[in-house]
Amino acid sequence: MKVNFFVTCLCDTVKANVAKRTVALLEQLGCEVIFPEAQSCCGQPSINSGYVESSKPAMKSFIRAFECNDYPIVTPAGSCAAMVKAYPEYLRNEPEWASRAQAVADRLFELTQFVVRELGVVQLGAKLVGTAVYHPSCSLIRKLGVRDEPLSLLAEVEGLTLLPIDNQETCCGFGGTFSVKMGEISGEMVKEKVRHMSEVTPDYLIGADISCLMNIGGRLHREGKAIKVMHIAEVLASR
Amino acid sequence: MSMKTSHATFKERIDIQMQDDYMRQSVANAQERMFTNRAKAAEALGNWEQWREMGKEIRQHVLENLDYYLEQLSDKVVENGGNVFFASTAEEARGYIEGVLKEKKAKKIVKSKSMVTEEIDLNKAIIGLGCEVIETDLGEYILQVDDCDPPSHIVVPALHKNRTQIRDIFKEKVGYQGTNDPEEMTRFVRQHIRHDFLEADIGITGCNFAVAETGTVSLVTNEGNARLATSLPKTHIAVMGMERLVPTFEELDIVVSLLCRSAVGLPLTGYVTALTGPRESDQCDGPEEFHLVIVDNGRSAILGSEFKDILRCIRCAACVNTCPAYRHIGGQSYGSIYSGPVGAVLSPLLGGYEDFKELPYACSLCQSCNDVCPVKIPLSDLLLKHRRVMAESKLTPLGERAAAGFFNFVNARPALWGKTVKAGAKVANATIKDGKMPFNVGPLKDWTDSRDLPQPDGESFRSWFKNRQQTKGDQQKNEAGDHHD
Ligand code: SF4
Repeated sequence: MKVNFFVTCLCDTVKANVAKRTVALLEQLGCEVIFPEAQSCCGQPSINSGYVESSKPAMKSFIRAFECNDYPIVTPAGSCAAMVKAYPEYLRNEPEWASRAQAVADRLFELTQFVVRELGVVQLGAKLVGTAVYHPSCSLIRKLGVRDEPLSLLAEVEGLTLLPIDNQETCCGFGGTFSVKMGEISGEMVKEKVRHMSEVTPDYLIGADISCLMNIGGRLHREGKAIKVMHIAEVLASR
Repeated sequence: MSMKTSHATFKERIDIQMQDDYMRQSVANAQERMFTNRAKAAEALGNWEQWREMGKEIRQHVLENLDYYLEQLSDKVVENGGNVFFASTAEEARGYIEGVLKEKKAKKIVKSKSMVTEEIDLNKAIIGLGCEVIETDLGEYILQVDDCDPPSHIVVPALHKNRTQIRDIFKEKVGYQGTNDPEEMTRFVRQHIRHDFLEADIGITGCNFAVAETGTVSLVTNEGNARLATSLPKTHIAVMGMERLVPTFEELDIVVSLLCRSAVGLPLTGYVTALTGPRESDQCDGPEEFHLVIVDNGRSAILGSEFKDILRCIRCAACVNTCPAYRHIGGQSYGSIYSGPVGAVLSPLLGGYEDFKELPYACSLCQSCNDVCPVKIPLSDLLLKHRRVMAESKLTPLGERAAAGFFNFVNARPALWGKTVKAGAKVANATIKDGKMPFNVGPLKDWTDSRDLPQPDGESFRSWFKNRQQTKGDQQKNEAGDHHD
């Protein structure tokens, strides 16, 4: 099966290892990975700050980039997937673009969603010994409705025990530009998340959204906590 | 108190509030308690999602036929012997109520909890007439005796105070001598304000929902104070937001269930009161005169806008109780009598962007409010709409607009974007060391105030992928070449 890879700007620039692991994972599952070079950022920083009108050319450019074929599109980030899935609504007043946006959105899957729902696979032969806290990101659970998929994948990882924490489904405080525009509030939110996490002293923090991991990881690093931050793609590639 | 509760800037307010450890602990505890109770009460109904859908449909139906139901309500109230006044503005509403107070030569007014009377700044007007006004809801009473401290929650207005602080306020202001035991303090207040109920000329209440078919005003309370306020004084004035009505008792039943379960996590509150007109000749209690003041104050404009969904709101505060931003900044940070997600949507609509422009950004878009709202208001989407309105009418800072413009320019040009990413990866790798950059200004500083930067992973993914494909291609070519030889 051929799949397109939507890397997301964060993975492209600073977290390439997550992207590489995702590609490896898809290849392990028998997919041939295509990287449409014309892809860019989903536009979240601008769209979620209200600059919808001026973001439209970029939305269209994104749509065009993925119209290069009809294969599914896979991305290792819930929030970027959710953003693209909102394009049809934003382009509502331009019916032709709205339907092109819908066609792209329909082909787009968040990584765990693709692996579990589309490919029907949960056992990937991964092994990672230790305890972990899994952070269910807001985008995954509330925007995309992806709640069980990551958990069923993690349940099959040999040696890994997941630990529950208080207020597990509460936002980590990232929120895109919120993290800098409302840095004080965002900072308090991530501090509380780290506090709950520290109470169970896990070896790893695992998530499927790189932005939340950067946020929580940044706070863990600041507090000098020895909790290793891993994207689920990296966990599933561990042997 | 009017809509606006503070003259400090938003950042000043949150700085002060976030240092108040008592408040933060109270809010965190209350949020957890209320969130858990709400979830249990919702679960207990068995088919909560269907209930929410029903709640949404009822409220939506009312909004779509608002003129019809308002007319029906008004006719019925008059038929029942009451008076109706339709106020377009806060000023008109105050003016009418002042007229009634003057006519009745009122000296003392007892009130039960009502957000809309705060919205129209009624107490100030009453005091201006030389009358005494007593808030009889315990939470509102605490705030009133504490020099009119602004509310921090739409259902539990004194949520930001703990019992010891409340004891101290009572001690200082009303001569309370007892302990910080909530029951003891409540008993004290009951006794303390009993004579006010008996002496009051007029009782003023809000209205949770009016029933159009019967001309009934319903009040949902936990303390029974609204019953005293509407039965002892000779005149009862009910003030309601224009959209707060339901067609019949059948729908009232559903929205009250949704309200109680969402607000306090109980199937019902202590008192649900339905008042239909003044006392009739063969009845022994109830007011002799009844006035219903229906307040627009900006609601018609909302009804015709892309924000109309917010008018479905039943003021249960479930969204407030789940909001992680509210949790850390508390209600007074919003600078409005309406706080939390509902307040962040409503305040700029009713009070303008000038005073409330920051509120729509005090949200991480986590959407947990959307998930709990019993009438399915897409709160986070409405907050995004506010951001959009502000961005597109140039109410946002110039620097931000320029940055967004630049970003969108690059992002819409694939080749340029590709180059930028590659360069960005190089810069990140060269400059981020142990979570820090050599310079720390602007957004970078806002980020690093509470956390470090990520450790970059080397060259950009796209560079790596391209090399890999080329190498693969070369290998295949070589293999193919080998074969030929
Ligand atoms: S917006 Fe929804 S959850 Fe919030 S107070 Fe109104 S009805 Fe309740």
